[in-house]
Amino acid sequence: MNPIVLFFHKTGSPPWFYRSSGYLIPWLWLVFAVLAALGLYLGLLRAPPDYQQGESVRIMYLHVPAAWMSMMIFGLMAVWGFIALVWRIRIMEVLVISSAPIGAAFTIIALVSGSLWGRPTWGTYWVWDARLTSELVLLFLYFGVIALYNAFDEPRKAARAASLMAIVGAINLPIIHYSVQWWNTLHQGSSIGTSGSSIHPSMLWPLLIMAVAFKFYYGASLLSRARLRLLQQDHRKRWVQELLAEENH
Amino acid sequence: MSQQAAGTAFAALIRRDFLLAYRRRAELLQPLVFLLVVVTLFPLGVGPSPQLLASIAPGVIWIAALLATVLSLDSLFRSDFDDGTLEQMVLSGQSLALISLARIVSHWLVAGLPIVLLSPLLALWMNLPDAGVLVLIKSLLIGTPVLSLIGAIGSALTVSLKRGGQLLSLLVFPLYVPLLILATSAVNSAIVGLPYSGQLGLILAGMIAALTLAPFATAAALKLSLS
Amino acid sequence: MLSISDLSFERYFERVFEPVSFNLTAGSLLLVTGPNGCGKTTLLRLLAGLLEPSEGSIDCQQQPLYAGHDPAIKDDLSVAENILFWMRFMGSRDSNSGPERLRRIIDKVGLSDVAQQQGRTLSAGQRKRCSLARLFFCNESLWLLDEPYANLDRDAIDMLDSVLKTHLDAGGVCVMTTHGSLRPEGFELQECRLHSGRHPYTGAGA
Repeated sequence: MNPIVLFFHKTGSPPWFYRSSGYLIPWLWLVFAVLAALGLYLGLLRAPPDYQQGESVRIMYLHVPAAWMSMMIFGLMAVWGFIALVWRIRIMEVLVISSAPIGAAFTIIALVSGSLWGRPTWGTYWVWDARLTSELVLLFLYFGVIALYNAFDEPRKAARAASLMAIVGAINLPIIHYSVQWWNTLHQGSSIGTSGSSIHPSMLWPLLIMAVAFKFYYGASLLSRARLRLLQQDHRKRWVQELLAEENH
Repeated sequence: MSQQAAGTAFAALIRRDFLLAYRRRAELLQPLVFLLVVVTLFPLGVGPSPQLLASIAPGVIWIAALLATVLSLDSLFRSDFDDGTLEQMVLSGQSLALISLARIVSHWLVAGLPIVLLSPLLALWMNLPDAGVLVLIKSLLIGTPVLSLIGAIGSALTVSLKRGGQLLSLLVFPLYVPLLILATSAVNSAIVGLPYSGQLGLILAGMIAALTLAPFATAAALKLSLS
Repeated sequence: MLSISDLSFERYFERVFEPVSFNLTAGSLLLVTGPNGCGKTTLLRLLAGLLEPSEGSIDCQQQPLYAGHDPAIKDDLSVAENILFWMRFMGSRDSNSGPERLRRIIDKVGLSDVAQQQGRTLSAGQRKRCSLARLFFCNESLWLLDEPYANLDRDAIDMLDSVLKTHLDAGGVCVMTTHGSLRPEGFELQECRLHSGRHPYTGAGA
């Protein structure tokens, strides 16, 4: 059989997914920890303070990667959702619904860090700048997907509904993002961010390292949640019983 | 296999929808009254200063239109879902996207178009400068179909839920943000004499995109709700 | 004409009913039986295409006519308006439509005296009769009827039996569910008994 088809078949199999992710997760956590430590060290201690904002710019190393992740995860949710709807692969449904809280968490981190960043710069905890507003709308999109999932009784139907909503939301997300940016320029609102559009390398590196670190966090967290959900869903099936029997030895 | 021509079925559905709308005409007024009440609350809440009202008029009117539309959207598919009509329509072999489009069209004609027609009154109440009134009407004319089209997706997703209406608002409001921004910007630009055709053009493009895509998403959501 | 093999459906990660298989040729009548909640309606909906099977496959050549639990009647429209809408929406390629045909169909289902009354005023039996009007103008050869005899009086049962006989004699197929003693009489039929696939309550959580 074609190796690609074989791969898809395998990933569709819950026991295989459970076992493989079990091996993968500790490594993902490890890489995340290393990269995060490196990124934070470079960002908080080694990078220079901003010309205008001083030390408070350091929160950017949390805020910006978190914002990037919040959008990337929504996009991935739509991809998992699309596969789940078209091919009815249960694991994909599990990935969609496990991603949502992680994405929402990143959105909240972006919002809170952005709010804290705004305080020393603008004297207030909230400004309607393009990124913060866009993140807030994104948070509502996440809440919508999660609420939609929770509203249905039957888990697979709920996951499919959430998938469809994720796809619709993801298609609209760029439109929302750019329209909010444009809206911001119209009203000459305040903006949270660094002064120049080109960032000095010593500031760019920690940013990128944190961004990659967060991706590993997402991977580890997603797989952990997905495994748990799979166990819950399949608790009556043979492979789970066998697994539990193994564990008890 | 007996398959009615798509056009005949579409027409039959629209005729039925109008007949139903006529029989339930009292119910149809509710979202419109809601529209009027919401706009009325603003002067009561922020004070009747004509300059203040004028400055927030485009946004207020558009937000009220949004709220009124969402209110009327919940019943878009609910009745047909509950009494088994929707099931039969799915099984009739007709394209579900076409059926959705028919429902959306009749819904807009009885719920969206009245908003457009009431807008001059709302403009008067909110002291919208004359320069903005025509653009407001135009923006509502091409914008309310977008509200109906996108809203239909949310309506179809929540139709099988008991308290679907509340969830519907949460799902649909973020999707309405670009439209709100573009429409209010168009009206505001018109008021100060700046060009606004760009914004209206984008809304029109959005409407065409929604017209082609939303019925399919709605159809998928309906099939999902029925399963 | 219609054959299914090892068909099952899952809800809440459990099979609703144990896998079933059968093969129907033209003129057959299949009765689906089983206790309450064992999935008879689910099986019918699977055959209708409203649900996707979790296991097994369905081989069905044609578009079915499905008469489910909900009679698909609008409360605000009269009986005549309801039937007329379905005739227009689904109708047949039979060019013989129009008021005369409508009148005849309303007559056949025995609703002539309430034809102008609104749907909400009808009794359960009348609603059922109205929903069965579809059997008289649709040309589908596969009928899926969910508890069609429920709420019907003697006359209506005879009406249903007679149109069913015509359908089967013409080579049509019918799959019917019933949970009790209401069965079609005088027909040669196959039976498919569904067994629940759900796990019994073990007392856990009490």
